[in-house]
Amino acid sequence: MNMLEIENLHVVVQGQEILKGLSLVIRTGEVHAIMGPNGSGKSTLSYTLAGREGYEITEGRILYRGENLALQTPEERAARGMFLAFQYPVEIPGVTTMNFLKTALNAQRRARGAKELDAMSVLKSVREAAGALNVSEEMLRRALNVGFSGGEKKRLEILQMALFKPVLAILDETDSGLDIDALKLVADGVNALRTPDRGILVITHYQRLLDYIVPDRVHVLDKGRIVAEGGKELAHELEAKGYAGLARDAA
Amino acid sequence: MAAIQETREHVASLGERYKYGFITDIEMERAPRGLNEDVVRLISAKKGEPEWMLEWRLGAFRRWREMREPNWARVHYPKIDYDKAYYYAAPKSSAKFANLDEVDPKLLETYEKLGIPLHEQKLLAGVAVDAVFDSVSVATTFKAKLAESGVIFCPISEAIRDHGDLVRKYMGTVVPVTDNFFATLNSAVFSDGSFVYVPKGVRCPMELSTYFRINASETGQFERTLIIADEGAYVSYLEGCTAPKRDENQLHAAVVELVALDRAEIKYSTVQNWYPGDEEGRGGIYNFVTKRGDCRGRASKISWTQVETGSAITWKYPSCILRGDDSVGEFYSIAITNHFQQADTGTKMHHLGRNTRSRIISKGISAGRAQNTYRGLVSVHPRATGARNHTQCDSLLIGKECGAHTVPYIESRNPSAQIEHEATTSKIADDQLFYCLSRGIGQEEAVALIVNGFCREVLQQLPMEFAVEAQKLVGISLEGSVG
Repeated sequence: MNMLEIENLHVVVQGQEILKGLSLVIRTGEVHAIMGPNGSGKSTLSYTLAGREGYEITEGRILYRGENLALQTPEERAARGMFLAFQYPVEIPGVTTMNFLKTALNAQRRARGAKELDAMSVLKSVREAAGALNVSEEMLRRALNVGFSGGEKKRLEILQMALFKPVLAILDETDSGLDIDALKLVADGVNALRTPDRGILVITHYQRLLDYIVPDRVHVLDKGRIVAEGGKELAHELEAKGYAGLARDAA
Repeated sequence: MAAIQETREHVASLGERYKYGFITDIEMERAPRGLNEDVVRLISAKKGEPEWMLEWRLGAFRRWREMREPNWARVHYPKIDYDKAYYYAAPKSSAKFANLDEVDPKLLETYEKLGIPLHEQKLLAGVAVDAVFDSVSVATTFKAKLAESGVIFCPISEAIRDHGDLVRKYMGTVVPVTDNFFATLNSAVFSDGSFVYVPKGVRCPMELSTYFRINASETGQFERTLIIADEGAYVSYLEGCTAPKRDENQLHAAVVELVALDRAEIKYSTVQNWYPGDEEGRGGIYNFVTKRGDCRGRASKISWTQVETGSAITWKYPSCILRGDDSVGEFYSIAITNHFQQADTGTKMHHLGRNTRSRIISKGISAGRAQNTYRGLVSVHPRATGARNHTQCDSLLIGKECGAHTVPYIESRNPSAQIEHEATTSKIADDQLFYCLSRGIGQEEAVALIVNGFCREVLQQLPMEFAVEAQKLVGISLEGSVG
């Protein structure tokens, strides 16, 4: 079954067309990687999928679990199992990380008609996820992302993913700013969610992360269009030739 | 986005944004409309006051007639016609109750609806409540238990009769009769309020709380509260306020006086939720309040915490006179204005004694077309060697049509004083909001979460029992502010 179907997607941001006819299908159980140079439209794709205001679909469509994504608010998408790990996680002063996680988890549950969890149950789930990712209790007591290092912010994104157990996880340059140990932790976290009922979309600039999260398909994005597609070996080819080299071959 | 619009309409259709807006249908007894000496005499007679109290009131009234309404605050409202209002309103049945069973059930029901049950067995553990309905106190709980430790907690009308010497010794010594237009008006016509006396060395065994309710239409509420903490005593006091939704504007002009003697500490918290008016700016309470604490003794401490979410207009500057050496004054404030609300609020810290310290943390949140002003004074007198102050004023704007203003005055006449002032103004960033949405948190809840985070330092100062309620209130008062 197709989890995500993107057909001829055109997206305009601040009057400028960034995505120019992108098509992509992710079937349930698959891991896809999108690679591309800076400015190719990678982040635009992730924000469009998550429903950020100002990312206007002018042509084409996105079906998520068979339904038109454009008709759903960002919070509805989250409640229906979509999760975006941000490239630049946002700071919210005065809101403890723990409180944020509890609020988000219960908002999603409420939207799905499930019972809200009490503080103790949330704490238990968070601790389970936190242990594997080396996220300390002290971090959970601090205000969300305030004063966190780059690596801490990224680990917290993956902790949220582990906690919310999304159906489709989109990782936007989660590897940027991570050292090799943190990268392995993050990859383990993602691989743990790799089950036949989920889909994962990894957006990255470098091939390095794909050594640890091995994709089923690789797509190369350039100037708002997919310019090359293939198996996991495409990532290595790209690493050897560079984006410019690949673009020449494609032409 | 259509779906967001729909969600919001749904939230709006849940109706009652201001859930305390109901009216209690109860037979009232009122003084005639308008204000003159006869009305002052009537109020005094209704309360069964001694002669000295009546003279005090009449003196205030004569003075008030000579005074002019202040106009320096950044608030705009049509001229108030003081001759049109009622100055005294009381439920007819409320003469004086020996116990709660005699209270009109409608009144008890009103407080139940407000979440303030007056039957002691149902009360929040460890909180004693005085309930003031329009011009009279209808019930005070846990009086007997408090009396065991020597604490007096009763309606001020009762204190004037039963503890006249204490009242006479302290009333008007912090806020003089002639202090300002609204305080002088209050001195003439004040109806009820709370009186607290905590004797030497006693730590008041429970939180004290007064719940003020305006019900009658076209009626002003003028309560007066006096709290005295004797040497080494401690008391924590909280007031809450609500009023029905009415299209008219109603005047509320209260006076609160606090006196802390040597090493005494008073913690005074307010959750002010008077009716703020509707989305178009119709109706709402005009809240002109004078609150002042006197750290009269050495090493005494007075701490004000306020959460101001209601009222069409708020004009209020809870202040500390740091008279005793080593005394400490604190002011923690959250002022939220939405729609057409206007708030001009802040504090004054008068450093008179040596090594006096003060701390001011003000969080102003403005949404809709509201205007929110912090106005504060830190003044260090020549004798106040070693005085220190730290002020932090943060403003948060939601939307494009609201305003935030900061007007700090600093006067230092002692070269050893250390005064710090920090101020920030920020907006709820789109990326913060989107981050919350992408985690499944809806618009309204996201705004409440972010604003509560912004206010956290102040919310932490509230007594535990009320902090949760205050957090919810912060969310409710900003509903409809985004989009």
